[in-house]
Order: sequence, then structure tokens, then C-alpha cells
Amino acid sequence: MKFDTPATTNPIDQLKVIGQPLDRIDGPRKVTGTARYAYEQHDVAPNQAYGHVVGSAIAKGKIVSMDLAAARRAPGVLTIVTAQSAGKLGKGKYNTARLLGGPDIEHYHQAVALVVAETFEQARAAAQLVKVRYAEARGAFDLAAVKDRAPDAKPEGESPTQTAVGDFAGAFATAPVKLDQSYSTPDQAHAMMEPHASIAAWDGDKLTLWTSNQMIAWSVGDMAKTLGIPKENVRLVSPFIGGGFGGKLFIRADALLAALGARAAGRPVKVALTRPMMFNNTTHRPATIQRIRIGATPDGKITAIGHESWSGDLKGGGPELATQQTRLLYAGANRMTSLKLAVLDLPEGNAMRAPGEAPGLMALEIAMDEMAEKLGLDPVEFRIRNDTQVDPEKPQRPFSQRRLVECLRIGAERFGWEKRSATPASVRDGKWLVGLGVASAFRNNLVMKSGARATLGRNGIVTVQSDMTDIGTGTYTIIAQTAAEMMGLAIDKVKVELGDSSFPVSAGSGGQWGANSATSGVYAACVKLRDAVVQKLGFNSGDAVFEGGAVKSGNRSVPLAVAAREGDIVGEDTIEFGNLDETHQQSTFGGHFVEVGVEAATGEVRLRRMLAVCAAGRILNPKSARSQVIGAMTMGAGAALMEDLVIDKRRGFFVNHDLAGYEVPVHADIPHQDVVFLDETDPMSSPMKAKGVGELGICGVGAAVANAIYNATGVRVRHYPITLDKLLDRLPSVS
Amino acid sequence: MKSFTYERASTPAEAASAAARNTGTRFIAGGTNLLDLMKLEIETPRHLIDVNSLALDTIEPLPDGGLRIGALVRNTDLAADARIRRDYGVLSRALLAGASGQLRNKATTAGNLLQRTRCPYFYDTNQPCNKRQPGSGCSALGGFSRSLAIVGASDACIATHPSDMAVAMRVLDAQVETVRPDGTTRRLPIAQFYRAPGDTPQLETALAPGELITAVTLPKPVGGMHVYRKVRDRASYAFALISVGAIVQRDGSGRVALGGVAHKPWRIEAAEAQLPKGARAVTERLLANAKTTDDNAFKLPLVERTLAAVLVEARA
Ligand SMILES: Cc1cc2nc3c(=O)[nH]c(=O)nc-3n(C[C@H](O)[C@H](O)[C@H](O)COP(=O)(O)OP(=O)(O)OC[C@H]3O[C@@H](n4cnc5c(N)ncnc54)[C@H](O)[C@@H]3O)c2cc1C
Ligand code: SF4
Repeated sequence: MKFDTPATTNPIDQLKVIGQPLDRIDGPRKVTGTARYAYEQHDVAPNQAYGHVVGSAIAKGKIVSMDLAAARRAPGVLTIVTAQSAGKLGKGKYNTARLLGGPDIEHYHQAVALVVAETFEQARAAAQLVKVRYAEARGAFDLAAVKDRAPDAKPEGESPTQTAVGDFAGAFATAPVKLDQSYSTPDQAHAMMEPHASIAAWDGDKLTLWTSNQMIAWSVGDMAKTLGIPKENVRLVSPFIGGGFGGKLFIRADALLAALGARAAGRPVKVALTRPMMFNNTTHRPATIQRIRIGATPDGKITAIGHESWSGDLKGGGPELATQQTRLLYAGANRMTSLKLAVLDLPEGNAMRAPGEAPGLMALEIAMDEMAEKLGLDPVEFRIRNDTQVDPEKPQRPFSQRRLVECLRIGAERFGWEKRSATPASVRDGKWLVGLGVASAFRNNLVMKSGARATLGRNGIVTVQSDMTDIGTGTYTIIAQTAAEMMGLAIDKVKVELGDSSFPVSAGSGGQWGANSATSGVYAACVKLRDAVVQKLGFNSGDAVFEGGAVKSGNRSVPLAVAAREGDIVGEDTIEFGNLDETHQQSTFGGHFVEVGVEAATGEVRLRRMLAVCAAGRILNPKSARSQVIGAMTMGAGAALMEDLVIDKRRGFFVNHDLAGYEVPVHADIPHQDVVFLDETDPMSSPMKAKGVGELGICGVGAAVANAIYNATGVRVRHYPITLDKLLDRLPSVS
Repeated sequence: MKSFTYERASTPAEAASAAARNTGTRFIAGGTNLLDLMKLEIETPRHLIDVNSLALDTIEPLPDGGLRIGALVRNTDLAADARIRRDYGVLSRALLAGASGQLRNKATTAGNLLQRTRCPYFYDTNQPCNKRQPGSGCSALGGFSRSLAIVGASDACIATHPSDMAVAMRVLDAQVETVRPDGTTRRLPIAQFYRAPGDTPQLETALAPGELITAVTLPKPVGGMHVYRKVRDRASYAFALISVGAIVQRDGSGRVALGGVAHKPWRIEAAEAQLPKGARAVTERLLANAKTTDDNAFKLPLVERTLAAVLVEARA
């Protein structure tokens, strides 16, 4: 199905199942431990052996020699894979560094060997006997030190990295009120619960990989490319994923090494990365240094807005797209953005939840707060004054929907914003300095081609199959809701099977495109299935209604199952998107409101209240959507207050590479969170009229926290995370 | 993890003598620290003696009005004990500020005293670390040292002792009771229990090889306001950046020990004389020879400010 004209009324609009806050259909399996994750697929292949990864002890240089003798002799060891023994390997399209290093080393903890043994404990013990001698080379590990030599980042796809509209320099120079400030965000880790894990089994030259992966089709392609085998010979199965956040968009060392280990051992092999290895072995969100300049008239109209961002990555990698939102979020005739990319020899940077916007808004939305203060304007009002209903770079191009102003107004009212004191450090509650902060949330709505197959069985059950993944977001449930709505069924009459590359290729989970794109693919498949059913039952396709488990037209009503009496009926299709996202800018919007308390003596920051008001098209399931937003707000709070991959600049690695050192919020850090969705449908986005929400919730929340801290203390911190040491010397004395 | 042999001891004296017989022995109690370290091969014992079945899990009153806490009393049980909560509040609060409920259910009194540093380089076996591998160097010096020591450290090691409980024990003048491999017992004041890192940061306590902790004793209650204030980056389940354990009497006198600043709970009795003058005077004395890094210099003002807040709270 091609989606190239705005959606009109369709069966989804009935909202009998879609739009209902239904429980997850996979919930009972998750809480009873019967939803099996990659590493737990004990019975899919017999005689599984265990692989343990050896990571490089240096960040850059060469392996001089490897002594495997002691490891080979260790109890239970079956085989050892190294770059030398693995033979020629390719590199995946989505990987920057090779997944198996040697003799050249590209980053710390790059895998250099896999030890395979009968048990996990034997493999781990033997892995510690692998002796590697390295020749360490000097590397570049400090973004601030190399930033000034960083060239313009190369454009990726159609998206330019350097933009200019009007005369930014002239307008900024002559603006009556202006701001020119630098901000920084640190490297951050996905730190998802489930580590990267895979089980590989070969049948002749055919590989099956049970793994934890967000993008099945990408990863089939990359696995085949890396191993140098045809795509048809690779099957990936990833039914449940314990969080990914962008860290599992591609194959990683666990997957490749499981495949190589299984080939070498001649039996299935399972590999999980250990927690301390994940931080340097896999990808992370790159640090940024950002410069923002804003010029405005005294009444608060932006006349010039400029945003530059520096980030680093391994050679051949890409930039963190931190200027993305600044091209679209606020009005202003004169504008520029620029992305610079330095080469760093740190582990590989890549996408993490809301890549670009998450760190970009952490800076931009502090700048907006600072600018509002300079103008003597309320920060909510300042944002509203600079709303735009069209793409500010191309005014002929409207937004499909843009209700940022409503998000901010409704949020301000619900949060009691009018009680905020505009004077920083003026509200105290016992030992707490109290402040309120606001920020806009913004994230583009991406649409991706997506396929599904819907099969009606003689028992009246519709089974939906797609290689779409559920990364903990609730995909199973919204797909079941879509099929139930389309086929006139209760949700328990729909079965959903996901995450298998033998199913139709879907959009996958990433960039908050999953929910809208994948359900649209299911919609398309169900349209086909409805046609087939109608034809089978001899209905007139124009007026048949699917309702209550039956197909009805006029006085005639036939149970749906009857259509499949002689055999399954299959509807399969792929939704493809036309150019509606070119004619119309599709984005999601929100307002974040945060109240913090800062302990007056110690500078400890504790969140007191959080509210997000979101405008993100039709909300397919308010319960799972709310969970997405509160999870993202929590992640944004972590980014604001504690998350920081600390670099050892002498040896080029992230030092705090476990969950004791890399702190993410715990329950005690998160206060009452409120989420409001505006009642909205966006017919430009898809037949579902939905958009993504999974990333919107993290966008801007960090800056709302920072702005609240400023309001509480009068201390403006522009370098994340905002830990107490950055506040301490400017807090009132303790008496 | 290296393979090891294992036995279950039946009496404390037997445990100690068995430990002395087998080189490379460790006792295992809750295992919440030791097992983690063994998996990473930071600890590589060849033999484990499980002390969990020794009858050392009770809290008994002492004739002098104090308490004797068995080495195997779990942190949860100790924190919840009515006598501890009533008479030694600083200890109960310190325990509850540490780790998580699940860990405290396993963690024992002796194991807690002997938990090892959380210096990130100690945990990464690719990196030099004098404590883990004597003579290899100290990666934290010149590296990431935000959580590390500002007093009492040496050029060989700036690690901190991470225990909250030990800070309270120090304020309370606890004593550590042990049995040695030859069957003799002794009592060590906690002030003498931890060794300065010097050139041998791998040697952390005054315990001799094979010496088993059987109990920790508390002197009779001293009254006063008991406060334990732990400062950290997140609200729970994190080690202290710094902590202050204090007992403050009505007359303004009292005791103060710090966590998160040194290789041991940091207390200087002479500094306590300054209490009536306020937090600055006490801190100046306590941290007189402080040596900070760029990463951890904030601990100096943080200690002073936190202590000031603790004194306000205690006197309120
Ligand atoms: C995730 C996490 C977070 C934590 N957070 C905190 C925190 O915030 N604050 C805090 O204070 N602690 C914290 N801890 C540490 C925790 O308190 C210790 O792990 C625990 O107290 C150790 O007790 P155990 O009985 O498990 O010791 P074990 O691991 O069994 O033993 C530790 C050491 O003591 C030795 N030992 C044990 N018993 C004896 C004995 N009777 N005589 C002689 N030697 C003995 C062992 O040989 C070993 O060397 C945390 C731990 C973890 C894993
Ligand atoms: S501070 Fe101590 S524990 Fe840390 S690296 Fe240095 S020697 Fe090792």
C-alpha cells in the first residue's frame, strides 16, 4: 500500500480497540519469566556451548602477539576464535569499527578473542588466561582538545550538516538583545537491562541467530556482509528485547562471535557481553560541545539563531546531530547550524534514544531560558512568541500538525507555573531551595516502509507476523490492537509473532518510527485480508463491515472464522510512504515542566514533580505511550543529573564501565510524573494518524531540570551532568 | 573465576586454623563483595572457608552495658535491632544508607568491615593498580579520582574505604574481636583496625593471615543525638561521595567521623574539641593535611557544609 495522500476515515477511527489503555498482551509472559530473551533460549538448539569475549586492553595500537596455549589447555575449552583464526571478515554497513579486532586495535575493549567452552564459568576462566601483548599507540581522546581542528561533518543522506538562511551574522551583530554561550553534554551509555546476547547455530552453511536486536533486516544484511555469505543463509530471531535505546540497532560482537564460535566449535554457541564490557565494547551517545547564539528584538522576537555542535567519533563514523531541532523549533529569519566532527579513538559513537535532539535540546533549551531572562520575559511566553507553523527554513512548507503552544499553555496551567518566582534563589522549603523549570520538547516523526502478514485461521484467530521488534515498548500490544480494530475482533482473538527474519520486513524499532510505521504495515496487511475475506464470503466489498467477530452487510452476518473453513486466508502487504513528509514537516511536540529541590548545604538535587504535555498524533495505547514518556523523562533526568561516561584521557577508555560507576536514576530519584497527551490525529503521517512518542519524552527534559536548578539556586550550569560539585561554591552559607 | 576448593567450618577456632593451613584462603560470609571480585579475578582465592554455619549471628548484651554483635549478624538485622535503634542510632542509620535491601539481607557485620574499595581502576584488571597488583602503579593518580581519598592517602594509593557501617562503628568506638589460627583471641579497637596505605596498599587491616572476626563490640551507650548523613549523586543505592557520622550531646560536645574521604573511617578525636566553635574549625582540624585532585577537591567544602548542616540538625 502506498500512503501518499492524507488519510481519510478508515476502520481505525472506530477506536474500539485502538486508543484504549489496554494491558500488554505479553505482560503475563514477562512477569512469569516465560517470555524468553536471547540468552535464555536454552532449547532452540541442542548442546549449546558458551563463549566468553576477551576485550582489548588498549584503545589504539596493535596486537604484537597472542598466547593462547594456557587458555586452550584450560578445562572444558573447545575452541578459541581470533581475527587470525576467523579468516577474512567483512564489516557491516552499520558498524564503524570491526567487531573482532586484531592485529589493529580501534578502541578499548574491542573484542580480540572468543573463548568457547562447555560451561560459562570455564569459558570465563579460560578467557582470563589469554595473554595478549600490545603495542600501544597514541590516540586522540579529548574532544575539547581537538575540537578546533575538527572539519565540517559530511552530510548523511539528504540531511545537510551546514545550514544557513538569511544573514545570520549581520542580524546577530545588530540584535538589541543577544546571547552567545557554550554548553556541553558528556558521553552517555544506553545502559539497558538486558546485555547484548546471542545464540548461534549452523545447519550446513545456514546460520540461525537468536539475538537481541532492534532492526532485524539491517542486521541480517550486516551479518551476511560480515561473514561473506548470502543474506538468504542468515536467519535472525529476536522476539523479546530487554531494552535497546539504539544500542541494539545493529549486530555487535556477541552476534558475530557467537556465529564464528559456533562454526569453529561445530555446535551452537551462546555469547553475552558482560556488563563491565558493554560500556567500551558497544556504542554510546557521543559527547558534544555546543555553541548557541540567539539575537532578539526587545519584545522577544528572535531575529537570529545559530547553533554549532562539535562531536567526535572513530574514523569513518558520524556526528551527533545536535543542531537538528534548531532548524525547525523556533521562528527567526536569519539562521545557521553547523556540525563539526573530530576523529577520536574512543569507542564507537552512535544513536541513543533521540539522537541529536536529546543533547541538542539540553543546550538549546537552557539558551532559551537564559534569553528569556535577558528579555525579562517569562520563559513560557518567550517560547510561545517564537512559535512557527511553517518550516522556518522553507516557509512554503507547513507543519502537518504543530501544537507546541498548547502543550506549553496547558502544561503551565496544570503545573501551577504562575506561582513560579521569576527571581532565582528566592523560594525555600526548609533545607531545600526550590525552583521550577520549563523546556520545549521536539522530535521529528520519521516514517519507514513496513510490512506484515495477517493470517485468518479456521479457529477465527488472526495471526500477525512481522520482523518488527518489541524492545519493551509495547509493540505486541499495539499491533494486536490494530489487527483487532481492522478485523472487528476482540484483542484476545489476535496473535502476534514478531522479531523473526522469516517474517515480512518491517520498519523495526528506532528513531521513534516503530509504532506508527509498523502498525501502518499491519493496517495494510489487514486491508488485504479484509478484501480476501469479503471475496471468499461473497460480500460486496464496498459495504462489508467487520464487527463483533463477524462480517456484516445489510441483513447478512457471517462469523469471520467461516471464511477460513477451507483453509487459512492470508493478507500480506507493505506500507510505503510517499512524499507527504516532504510537503509537510512532521514532528512531535511537548512541554516539560519540572520542580526541583536543591539541598542548601550539600547541593544535592532532588526532583519534586515532573509533567510532560505531549502532542504526538493519535495515541494508539495511552497506557504504553505513558510508560514510554515516563521512561524517557527518567532517562532525561539521568542525563541532567548523573549520567557521564568518564574518559581516562591518558589511555582512552570509559573508566566507570559498570552500573556502580555509571549511575542512572533509581526509584528514589524519580518523583510523581504526570503525562498529558493532547487529543490529536495527524492524517499526514499514516493511515493510523499516529506518530512516535518513544523519544519525545526525553527531548528537552534535561534542560527543564537545569532551568529549575537555576531558578532554585541562581547557579547557571551549562555543562552536564549537573552534579553537586558544580553548585557547591555558589550556594548560601550554612547556618 | 579461578577454581577453588571449599569447606564449611564448624567452629571459629577451626576456621582460623584451617585458614592458616591453606595458603590463599578466604572466608566467605554473605559473599556480596568477595564473589564479585572473584568473578573478575581481582580476588583469586584457592580455598574458601564458609563461615555461615558458625553460630556468630546473635546480638548479646555485655556486662558493661554494651553489646556484642556476632560477625555474621546480617546488616538488615543489625539495623532493625531495637537496642541498636534506641541506643546506637548512628549505626542503624548508616547501615540503612548503604547498598540495597537485598544486599543488606546477605551482607554481614564482618564482611562489611572488610569490603574492598570501589576505586574504578581496582575493578579493571587491564589497568595498573598497586592495591590489586602491588608495584604496578596507581592509575587513579592522574586519572579519574572523583570518589577517592583526600586525606591519609599515599603516592601509592588514594582509594577510599566504602563502608557506611564502619563510619558509625568508628564514632561508637567499637572493638573488633577475633580468633587467631593458634586459637588465641584478641580485641582490636576499630581505630587501630585499618592500615594506612603507605607503600603497601594491598594490606588493608591489622588482621593476621587466617585471623577470623568473631564479633564487633559496642561500649555502653553514650546518649546524645545520633546523625548519619550520606551525600551522593543519586538518592539511593550509591556509595557516599562523603558521609558524616556524628553524636552530639546537649552541651555541644560530641564525636564526628567521616566516610568517603580516606582509606578508613576518618576520625580525629582532637578535632572534636573544636565542635563548640562550629563546622569550619572541626573540618580544618580533621582535614588539615588534605591533598586533593581536580576531581575530588569539592569534598573539602562539601565536608564542611555537610557537617555544618549535621550540627544544625543535631542541635535543633
Ligand atoms: C551493588 C552494591 C552496592 C553497595 N552499596 C554499599 C553502600 O552504599 N554502602 C556500604 O557500606 N556498602 C555497600 N556495599 C557493600 C556491602 O555492604 C558489602 O558487600 C557487604 O557488607 C559485604 O559483606 P559480606 O558478608 O557479603 O562479605 P563477603 O563478600 O562474604 O566478604 C567480604 C570480605 O570479608 C572477609 N570476611 C567475611 N567474614 C569474615 C570474618 N568473619 N572474618 C574475617 N574475614 C571475613 C571475606 O574473606 C572477604 O574478604 C554494596 C555492595 C554492592 C554489591
Ligand atoms: S587508588 Fe588504590 S585502588 Fe585505585 S588505582 Fe590507585 S592503587 Fe589501585
